[in-house]
Amino acid sequence: MSAFLEIDDIHVAYGKMEAVRGVSLSLQAGQIVTVIGPNGAGKTTLLEATIGLLPSRGRIVFDGIDLRRLEIEDRVARGLCLVPERRELFGELSVIDNLLLGAYARRRDREGVRQDLATVFERFARLAERRNQLAATLSGGERQMLALGRALMARPRLLLLDEPSLGLAPLVVREIFRIIASLRSSGVSILLVEQNALAALETADYAYVLETGEIAHSGAAAALMHDPKVVATYLGGQA
Amino acid sequence: MNLEIALLLAQDGIANGAIYVLVALGTVLIFTVTRVIFVPFGDIAAYAALTLASFQLERTPGTIWLVMTLAGLALAMEVYTLLRRGEAHRLPMALLHYAVLPLIPIAAVWIVGGQRLPMAAEIALALALVMPIAPLLYRIAFRPLADAPVLVLLIVALAVHFAISGLALLFFGPEGFRTEPLTRAMFTIGTIVITGQSLLIVGASIVFGLLLFLFFGRTMAGKALRATAINRTGARLVGIRPAAAGELAFLLASVLAGTSGILIGPVATLYYDSGFILGLKAFVGAIIGGLVSYPVAALGAVFVGLLESYASFWNSSLKEVVVFASLIPVLLWRSLTFAHLEDEDEAEDAA
Amino acid sequence: MRPAHFMLLLLVSAAALAAAPLVLGSFTVTLLNYIGVYALVALGLVLLTGIGGLTSFGQAAFVGIGAYATAWATTAHGAPPWLGLLLALALTGGVAAVLGAVTLRLEGHFLPLSTIAWGIAIYYLFGNIEMLGRFNGISGIPPIQVGSISFAAAGAIYYLIWLFLAGAMWLSANLLNSREGRAIRSLRGGAAMAESLGINTFRIRLAVFVLAGLFAGLAGWLYAHLQRFVSPAPFDVKPGIEYLLMAFAGGSGHIAGAVVGAALVTLLKNALQDVLPTISRNSGQLEIVFFGALFVLLLQHARGGLVPFLRRRLPKHTPPPPAAAPPLPRRTLPQAGTLLLKVDGMMKRFGGLVAVSDVSFELRAGEILGLIGPNGAGKSTMFNLITGVLKADRGKIVLQGQAISGLAARRIAARGVARTFQHVKLRPNMTLLDNVVLGAYLRTRAGFLAGALHLDRGEERAVRAEAMHQLHRVGLGDRPYELAGNLPLASQRILEVARALAADPALVILDEPAAGLRRADKNALADLLRALRSEGVTILLVEHDMDFVMGLVDRIVVMDFGVKLAEGLPAEIRADPRVRQAYLGGVT
Repeated sequence: MSAFLEIDDIHVAYGKMEAVRGVSLSLQAGQIVTVIGPNGAGKTTLLEATIGLLPSRGRIVFDGIDLRRLEIEDRVARGLCLVPERRELFGELSVIDNLLLGAYARRRDREGVRQDLATVFERFARLAERRNQLAATLSGGERQMLALGRALMARPRLLLLDEPSLGLAPLVVREIFRIIASLRSSGVSILLVEQNALAALETADYAYVLETGEIAHSGAAAALMHDPKVVATYLGGQA
Repeated sequence: MNLEIALLLAQDGIANGAIYVLVALGTVLIFTVTRVIFVPFGDIAAYAALTLASFQLERTPGTIWLVMTLAGLALAMEVYTLLRRGEAHRLPMALLHYAVLPLIPIAAVWIVGGQRLPMAAEIALALALVMPIAPLLYRIAFRPLADAPVLVLLIVALAVHFAISGLALLFFGPEGFRTEPLTRAMFTIGTIVITGQSLLIVGASIVFGLLLFLFFGRTMAGKALRATAINRTGARLVGIRPAAAGELAFLLASVLAGTSGILIGPVATLYYDSGFILGLKAFVGAIIGGLVSYPVAALGAVFVGLLESYASFWNSSLKEVVVFASLIPVLLWRSLTFAHLEDEDEAEDAA
Repeated sequence: MRPAHFMLLLLVSAAALAAAPLVLGSFTVTLLNYIGVYALVALGLVLLTGIGGLTSFGQAAFVGIGAYATAWATTAHGAPPWLGLLLALALTGGVAAVLGAVTLRLEGHFLPLSTIAWGIAIYYLFGNIEMLGRFNGISGIPPIQVGSISFAAAGAIYYLIWLFLAGAMWLSANLLNSREGRAIRSLRGGAAMAESLGINTFRIRLAVFVLAGLFAGLAGWLYAHLQRFVSPAPFDVKPGIEYLLMAFAGGSGHIAGAVVGAALVTLLKNALQDVLPTISRNSGQLEIVFFGALFVLLLQHARGGLVPFLRRRLPKHTPPPPAAAPPLPRRTLPQAGTLLLKVDGMMKRFGGLVAVSDVSFELRAGEILGLIGPNGAGKSTMFNLITGVLKADRGKIVLQGQAISGLAARRIAARGVARTFQHVKLRPNMTLLDNVVLGAYLRTRAGFLAGALHLDRGEERAVRAEAMHQLHRVGLGDRPYELAGNLPLASQRILEVARALAADPALVILDEPAAGLRRADKNALADLLRALRSEGVTILLVEHDMDFVMGLVDRIVVMDFGVKLAEGLPAEIRADPRVRQAYLGGVT
């Protein structure tokens, strides 16, 4: 079976500096795959290259289509969706406008958009309460929910999540990961980049450890969770 | 100065300011969506007035040649880009966009062939003729530089202004024009006479301001433009094309500028290059709003109109000096009240 | 190019220029005169815009002030032209100083917009002042005279123009290779970098703005006595942008770019004036269309201009590394083990978010302290509070017994705190050596005049030797003339350390120096920091990477969610369950 997302030997450079060097990974439909690793390892760069925010060398194939020729907007239209680390919400627009714009690529399907809006409000009750509030006035956790909700409005087939737990209190982190797990059961595949290694490994099927732009280890998420090498990467030590 | 003169000057200033309001709103619209500080924007207003004047004199407006020149350039650039990127399937769209659409009003002018039409039809045709100019300039000069710093875009905007003012002289000639009055109505309140023209100008800027407000608040296209202005990366991530948003911003802004040109046409003699100073004065207003706030830009534009009016009473030859010099304290105030943004510029020789 | 070749080239060009009026026709000489005058203005723009990063559309207005000053003095008062020169320079310098003082604090695009505003205002002023002949201008300006020699003929004033230009270029070249010149070159790296090195960026911006104004004023004086007539038109914003076009076309980052650009644009204009009338009777307007289009194309495709393009094709010459020289004076470092830095109850809010809440710790001389924590813990905010980039809402920071909280970044730098940046801030187009010399800005004294007149050579030798010493110290001593932008990331971080060391600091603060480094690079960096500690340097290391910190530092302070979570020896921190939770996370 060919993979849903196949990244093959990609390189991403900022000027003369390569931040991602020859990374290959693959994801099957319906899977959650996580990429963990320390700061500056190139995780965010990898996702930004996948969505097309950064130019890259190498092959990225999504559902049988080579993405290299496509611009971001075309990738979005084909069901690829990034929830970026900085959330990139429209702060001076209301929650509901942010969500509606999430469905911009399919704005002509008015009935579908209306249904999806109801679904998102069901999933994130907090957003429904604050639907007319400006996005900039939301708390950190609510912003992350809005970013996720906005991405879901596009009816993505593959979600790229960048540090969804970043800067959130533990209780909120738990909530976010519960939602991520429930997304899989609704048929969305997820490529998850995380600092919070344990939470990511508990949620994912398969994991890659990225270090200074290269894949250092990979394996089933459950196995990596107890791997001393992974623990050492995070806490330092003699590994 | 007695009260009567003061009121008279105020009336004059508000009418002038209302003209600047339309141009200032367009300037803000273009800047927030595309980061281009579009200096030639006032030129669009002047071209609209000159086009209408040509119709009234039963001449072929020079706008036709200007639009055709720009459309040809834009089309050539688009075709070249598409072929180089191997996207030949997009050629028909490009043809529609950069050749067919701009040529529709030109064809209409050709069909009319120098006959007088009802005034409303002439105004509509004049607006339709100038509308493609700014979006075409965007395609030719600014889109290839979409990621450049604001400063580079500003320099390009100035260079574009001088380039098209040269073309304008070629196509419109050096003589000045004044269009027929839109209304001759007069109203007297006490000792003050208010012209219908001023009321029309003020009314139009209020109506267009409201329309803009509704467009941004109620329509998906309007929200997409605001989204692009607020967060370009976020907009791209939901599938809004910055280039399309930019083109729409230039197009809408052209309607505003064109309207202001039509309104000012009967009260001032306009030349091919009158737009520059008009645009710059509107600019002073827009900058009072930090180039981002529509309501403050509108208020700023009215302030500029009033300042100009009182300054010309004080010393008419120095009114321009007063208006432009007033920008410096305004900028100072903005720089003190603005959030501090660290701008770095490392890409000097990278280009 | 070798210095000998460069001197030869200079001599040949000087000889060719000197001979030009003897062999060329008067028309060509007149053309050369204008090129020289324009090149002076463009030279100011190279310094101001290309090198200093401050764009001005109003330079033509300064030319106008210089031209009108001498025109008015020599016609209305019969003053000799040389007095006109003094007046021209005094007026342009004065106006530039006032305009600069008012506008140079503006940020981003607001500064260039203000130059359009005052440019137009000054233009209208020329056209509306009775004394200056309104839009008719002033005619009958006398030629320049020295004793009985008159510079009325084109072939005579030619020498004057090119002598002034050569002088201005010499001063500019000297300046750029001096202390304040390097400060000008640092401006484009952003105020944060320059201020952290102790550079008063406002003062430098003002100085380069006035200098560019003076060059324009000088050009205006020459222009007035060359034309013998002035009117407002050449001092509008349109010629202002033409000067900018010259600088960009030639190469706005290079002194030679001014002359090349002025020649290019002037000759092109002249050629167009021959060709265009055959196409249209409105040829003057087609010329503007052409130049406008040319400028747009230039900015779209070749923003660097012609000079860098030519330079890449010339053979490169690497001078020998700087020789040893008497050392710069050094700071007395505090006794090892004494209290160096005391951070007491720091608090910082951003809106509703408390980024740093009541954090206190101490740092003793000679130790490496690690300040660690997960992303978003408040480490960077803490860093910015100590280095003066941010102002605290509450709390106090004391360095060697003196309170430094609330001081500007450059004043904190002056007390002996040197820093590096998480996102490396170097000048990629300056050499390694020059980047490190920038670090010693506060240890040197030479001013603008000393630099421009080359009176600073003794100090310059000392500071270059010092920079070379620091490059050797960090292991980058083998290629001092490489451009910093050509280094890999790891070496760039190490170069920042060398720059910090050149300040002879009492305390070095490093902001996530290990981020993005490979394991081998991290080990090399750790070795370097250990070596520095053994030489008595005190280091505060703000880091996310636990692996890097553990084997290196003496003590650790852990932050999480803005508060101090733990403090202690590395082994204690590693065993602390709260730290494990903060780092590894987990859903439960």
